[in-house]
Amino acid sequence: MEEANFVFNMIGENWIAFAIISLLPMIFLLAYALIAILGELKISAFIQERLGPMRTGPWGIIQPVAEVVKLLQKEDITPDSANKPLFNLAPFIMFAASYAGFAVIPFSSYFVPSGINLGLFFLLAVGSLGIIGLLMGGWASNNKYSLLGGLRAVAQIVSYEIPAAMVILTIAVMAGSLDLQEIIRQQSGWFWNWFVFGGSGGWIKIIFLPFSFIMCIIYIIASLAETNRTPFDIPEGESELVAGYHTEYSGMKFAMFFFAEYANMFIVSAIITIIFFGGWNSPFGDFMGGPIWGVFWFVSKAFVFVFLQIWLRWTLPRLRVDQLMYVSWKVLLPFSFVCFLALSLLVMLK
Amino acid sequence: MSEKKYIDIEFSQLDSERMRLFMGPQHPSTHGVLQLEVELDGEIVTDLIPHIGYLHRCFEKHAENMTYPQIIPYIDRLDYISSMNNELPYVMGLEKMLDIQVSEKVEYIRVIFSELNRIANHQIAIATFGLDSGAFTPFLYYFRDREMILTIFEKASGGRLLYNYFWVGGLAADVHPTFKEDITEAIRIIRDTNAEILNLLLKNKIFIDRTANVGILPADIAISYGVTGPILRASGIPLDLRKAEPYSIYERFDFDIPVGNGEVGTVGDCWDRNIVRFREMEESCKIIEQALKTFPSQGDVRENVPKRIRLPKGEIYCKAENPKGELGFYIISDGKDKPERVKVRAPSFVNLSALPEMSRGYMFADLVMILGSVDIVLGEVDR
Amino acid sequence: MKDYFKNVWLGVWTALIGMRITIDHLFRKNVTVQYPNVHPKDKAGWMDMPSNARNRLYVDMDECNGCNSCARACPVNCISIETVRSVPGDAPPPLASGGKRNLWVSQFEIDFTKCCFCSLCTEACPTGAIVMTTEFEYSSYNRYDLVYNFVKLQNSMSDEKIAEVKEKWAEHQKEKKKEAVEPK
Ligand code: SF4
Ligand code: SF4
Repeated sequence: MEEANFVFNMIGENWIAFAIISLLPMIFLLAYALIAILGELKISAFIQERLGPMRTGPWGIIQPVAEVVKLLQKEDITPDSANKPLFNLAPFIMFAASYAGFAVIPFSSYFVPSGINLGLFFLLAVGSLGIIGLLMGGWASNNKYSLLGGLRAVAQIVSYEIPAAMVILTIAVMAGSLDLQEIIRQQSGWFWNWFVFGGSGGWIKIIFLPFSFIMCIIYIIASLAETNRTPFDIPEGESELVAGYHTEYSGMKFAMFFFAEYANMFIVSAIITIIFFGGWNSPFGDFMGGPIWGVFWFVSKAFVFVFLQIWLRWTLPRLRVDQLMYVSWKVLLPFSFVCFLALSLLVMLK
Repeated sequence: MSEKKYIDIEFSQLDSERMRLFMGPQHPSTHGVLQLEVELDGEIVTDLIPHIGYLHRCFEKHAENMTYPQIIPYIDRLDYISSMNNELPYVMGLEKMLDIQVSEKVEYIRVIFSELNRIANHQIAIATFGLDSGAFTPFLYYFRDREMILTIFEKASGGRLLYNYFWVGGLAADVHPTFKEDITEAIRIIRDTNAEILNLLLKNKIFIDRTANVGILPADIAISYGVTGPILRASGIPLDLRKAEPYSIYERFDFDIPVGNGEVGTVGDCWDRNIVRFREMEESCKIIEQALKTFPSQGDVRENVPKRIRLPKGEIYCKAENPKGELGFYIISDGKDKPERVKVRAPSFVNLSALPEMSRGYMFADLVMILGSVDIVLGEVDR
Repeated sequence: MKDYFKNVWLGVWTALIGMRITIDHLFRKNVTVQYPNVHPKDKAGWMDMPSNARNRLYVDMDECNGCNSCARACPVNCISIETVRSVPGDAPPPLASGGKRNLWVSQFEIDFTKCCFCSLCTEACPTGAIVMTTEFEYSSYNRYDLVYNFVKLQNSMSDEKIAEVKEKWAEHQKEKKKEAVEPK
C-alpha cells in the first residue's frame, strides 16, 4: 500500500527514498537497543534492590554506550579450530534475519518500510531464519558447549514456531487478512476492539474472551522461547552451557548476537502489539489518534512487552530441555488448537 | 530400604557415541574450582568423575607446624561461608582435652552465632541453587539478608567472613551492646525474606519441575556413602548431631529436625534437599529466639582462656553439626604446643563423593542442579 | 487429565505470584550504596563499619618494646622484627606508657600481602603497641608497597641511629669478649 509511507509521499519513489526507508528502522533499532540495554540493567537492578550502573553519566544512563564501546574495543578472537567462514558469518546472519523482520513492521499508519500484503507470513518466515545463524555459530565454534547450545536453540525455536504459527493463523482468520496494516485497522476504535478482547463485533465475543486471552498468553510464551529469554534461555543457560552458542564469540561479533537478541525482543513485542493490542491505534478511540501519535502508541505498547520480557527474566528459573519440549508440544499446541477452533467459531458467528 | 529409582529417561537403545565433557574448573556453576569429567550420551549423564584438588592448601600438614590458637584462622578458611560453625568442634575438642569449662554466656553466644551462621550458609546454598536453576533474583535477596548477619558478626568479632572468634576456653571478644536487638531485627527480616523466597522460588512450578524427582539419593546409599547433613536428612533420615549427641547447650532448646518427605517428588530429590535447608533456617531462628530469651548478659567471655595451650598426650575426635553435615576434627597431641596430627572430616568432601551416584542417568542440565543441591564449598573439599 | 490442567494452571499461577513479588521489589528502596561516595566508615546505613573491625594493623613504635611476641603468635609469619640490644647506660627511651625498654627496634615489617587479619598478634602484644584499625583502603600497584616498615614510617629510628646502635653493640660485644679473654 503505497499511501502508507510518508517518505514516498514526501520525496517520491526514488532510490533516496528507499535508502531512507531502509535506514529508518536501523536508526530506531540503535536507539531502542540503547534504551533496552539500559532498561535491562536498571530494571534488573531495581528488582534486586540494587542501584545498577551509576557511574557513567547521571544515574548511569550512558552505560549502554560504554558497553558498546567496550565491545568494539575488545579483541576479536576466532578460535584456531573453528570453521572460520561459518564462524564469522553466523552473527551477521543472525542480525540480518532479525533486521529483515523490521521490513514489514508498521510503525504508524503512514510508515511501514515495505507495505507488502503478506506481512504476517513474512514475519513468520523471516523470524525463523535466525536459527541458521545460531546453528552455524554453535557448530562452527567447535566447542562442545556451543554445539549443545546451538542444537538446543534449533530444537527449541523450531518447536515453538508451531504454536506461534497457530496463533498467527488464528489472527489471520479473525482479520481475514495477512496484511499487518489491515489487521491493525480492524482493531481501531476503543481498546475493546483489540484482538486480545476478541476484535470488534457484537456482544457474542464476550463468551470467547478467554480464548483470545489464552491465545495472547500462548503467543507471549512462544515468543519468549523464540527470543531465547528466560524461562526458555536454555540455549545460552549459563549455569550449564557457559554461554551456549556464543561461548566462543567476543568483541564485535558477540555484540552482533547481543544486538540481534535485543532486536528480536522488539520484533516479537511488535508482533504481539500488532496482532493483539491494536498496533498504532490509540486505546481510547480518537483520543491522541493520528499517524504521529501512532508511532508513540506503537512504540510504547511494544515497550510494555519488552518490559514484560525483562521482568519475567528476572523472576523465573529456567526450564530443562525436555520440559521445554513438553511445554511446547503438550501444552501450548493443544491449547492453541482449541482456541483456534473457538475463535474460528466466533468469526463464523459474527 | 528402598531400591534406587531412576527417573524414567530410558537409555538410548541406539548405540551412540559417548561424549566426554570436562566441566570446570572454570565453569560458572561448579561452585568454585571443581572439575567434573562427565560422560554424556546425548544429553544424559552416563558417568561422572569429580576431580578435586584445585584449591588444596595443605591445611592438615600446615596445622602440624602451628600452635593450637594459630590453627583457628585456618579452620575459618575451610568452609569459608560458615566459619563460626567450623570453629566450634575444634575448640570444643580442645576444651575437652584441656578440661576447661566455659562459662554459660560463652555457650549461649556460641550457639546463637553458630545458628546465625547456619542460616547464612543455607541462604547461600539456596541462593546459589536458584542461580543454577536460572533464577537470579532470589540470589540477591538472600545476599542482602546475609549481609545483615555478617554485620552482626563483624560488630562482635571484627571480621566479616573469617572471624577467629571462638577461642579455646572462651571467645575473642564480648558481643556488642546492641547484640540482642540486632539479632531480633535480623530474624524478623530473615523470616520475611524466607516467606518471599518460598513463593518466588521454592514453590514455583518451573523450579519444582527442575528439582523434583531429580538427583534422588535413597537413604541406604546415602548411609553407605557416609553422607551427612541436610542431604542425609532430605533422604528421610532424621540424624542431626544437635539432637543425636547434643553438644554445647543444644539439649536445652526445643527444635525439630526437618526431613525430606517427597512432597512434590521422591524422597531425597533436589527439591527435598532445598526444602530441608529452608526449614532448618526456621528451626535455627527458633533456637536463636529461645537462646536470646534466657541469654545471660553478665559474665566475662575470656576468663577461662588459657595463656598458653599445651595439650596433654592423647587424641580426640570432636564433631559438630555443620550446616553442610558432620564436621569432625581428629586431633592427636604428643604433649607439645603443636598438634601431632589434625585430620578433618569435611562434610562437603564426603557428600561430594555421592555425586556420581546421584547424577547417573539424569540429564546434563540436571547435573548442575544436583551439584548445586549438594552444597559444596571447595575450600572444604580440597582443604 | 486433571493433573495436566492442574500443572498448567500451577505453572501460570506460580509465575504470576513470582512476578507480583518482583514487581513489588521494583519499587522498593534500594539497599546498595555507592561505595566511595557513601563510605562504610561513616554510616552507610546497616553496613556501617564497627570500630572494632579488623583491618590494617598499626604499630605504635613508641609503645613497642621489641619483644617479638606478635611475630611468634602470627600464623602466617608476616611480621618480621629486628632488634638491637642496647649497651648499658644507653637504653632506648622508655615506652610512652612508662615501661622500660632495652631493645632498639631497628626494623618492624608487616607484610600485608600475607596478613590474614586474624588479630592474634594484637592479643599477644604485652604493651598494646600493635592494634587493628578500620583502615581498609590501601591497595597498591606493587606488592612491595604493601610491606610496611613501621620504623621507617614513623621515623622512630633514623638509619644513622640504627647504624650507631649496631656499632655500639658490636663494640660492646668485642669489649666483653676481650674481658672474657683477658683474665686467662
Ligand atoms: S593479624 Fe594475624 S596474620 Fe596479620 S600480622 Fe597479626 S597475627 Fe599475623
Ligand atoms: S608484641 Fe607488641 S611490644 Fe612485642 S614486638 Fe610486637 S608490637 Fe612490639
